Amino acid sequence: MATPVTAQANVPGIEHEGASFPPFDVNTFGSQLLWLAISFGVLYLLMAKVIVPRLSGILADRQARISGDLEAAAKAKTDAEAAGAAYEKALSEAKARAQTLVHETRDRAAAEAALKRQALEAELAEKLAAAEAVIAEGKAKAMSSVRGIAIEAATAIVERLTGEAPADAKVAAAVDAVRR
Amino acid sequence: MANPIEQFEIKTLVPLGKIGGTEIAFTNSALFMVGAVALITIGLTAATARRSLVPGRFQAGAEVLYEFVAKTLREAAGHDAMQFFPLVFSLFTFVLTCNLLGLVPGFFTVTSHVIVTASLALLVIGTVIVAGFVKHGFHFLGLFVPSGVPFWLLPFMIVIEVVSFLSRPISLSLRLFANMLAGHIALKVFAGFIVSLGALAASGGVTGILGVAGATLPLAMAVGLTALEFLVAALQAYVFTILTCIYLHDALHPGH
Repeated sequence: MATPVTAQANVPGIEHEGASFPPFDVNTFGSQLLWLAISFGVLYLLMAKVIVPRLSGILADRQARISGDLEAAAKAKTDAEAAGAAYEKALSEAKARAQTLVHETRDRAAAEAALKRQALEAELAEKLAAAEAVIAEGKAKAMSSVRGIAIEAATAIVERLTGEAPADAKVAAAVDAVRR
Repeated sequence: MANPIEQFEIKTLVPLGKIGGTEIAFTNSALFMVGAVALITIGLTAATARRSLVPGRFQAGAEVLYEFVAKTLREAAGHDAMQFFPLVFSLFTFVLTCNLLGLVPGFFTVTSHVIVTASLALLVIGTVIVAGFVKHGFHFLGLFVPSGVPFWLLPFMIVIEVVSFLSRPISLSLRLFANMLAGHIALKVFAGFIVSLGALAASGGVTGILGVAGATLPLAMAVGLTALEFLVAALQAYVFTILTCIYLHDALHPGH
């Protein structure tokens, strides 16, 4: 490491190398070209056949995955929206159906009740008429027997008073004249 | 060790023989080329091995690298330029890794040799020319004919366009080469100053005090330069890549 030694080694070195500066030494070109061709050729082949397809494949896969996921998410969103709309529709339909069912049931019940009442009223009216007929018949019968009773009573009264039985025809005519 | 040029020397590790008078060998440069390629491919393959939907730390890093280069290419050359993505991505990772590996003390910097950067630049320009003719046929030559220029100016303009096109590989290769070379030389020179002035400080006395003061300054410079070199290493890799993308844009859309 002594200065004089390096200095001495330095100066002749430059002079010696100055004759053939290594980068311009034509004798080494053959080997350099050969090994550059071999190594760069191998590098190019490996790049073209293995590394670049693999890297671009990785990047393309990622791109495809991301866009695929985004598409799936968008599809799921529209699906969910459609399902929501379908649910709303079904709900409103069910509500409407329930409403009509309620109306129908109520109407039918009202109609049935009216029908029953009419039948009952008719039956009652019939019974009433029958009873009225029975009453009228009884009344007529009673009224018809009133005349006989009156004639008998008149005959008996006259017989008690006069002691003599009046003629039936005269009594009947007198009773009828009174009843008129 | 203080020779700032020594770090660029090509050392033969395994001699392989001769082809037509040129010596062919496995050198330290070859070792770092192969090492950089191994680092890139093994690193990226391991980082993406799990193919996680939610990336881990390393996979996220690989994805950032990919997205960065892809964005640069798409913005500079359009979507149809993505067919050249493997080439552009290979160039970026290779240059970046070689630049950064060169910053490790004792490591060789592959991109500090003009033959390497020139080969990569010629590969880019060759790709541009071939792709241009394949895609547009002779219409590709329209690249050299700017529109909206008075016809008497055209010969002049065509010459300028041709010269500018031909200077592209030169500027592309020299920019990277010169940046790497100059940065590493500067680092080495300032590091050498620290050692020589540090030795002066060790001698003690008045000169020793001067030596301490003198050695501290290049040390601060070396620290600053190292940070700067990391910036340059990444920046030059990016510059090489974006210029490649711009030239590819010309190949695909030659109209002015």
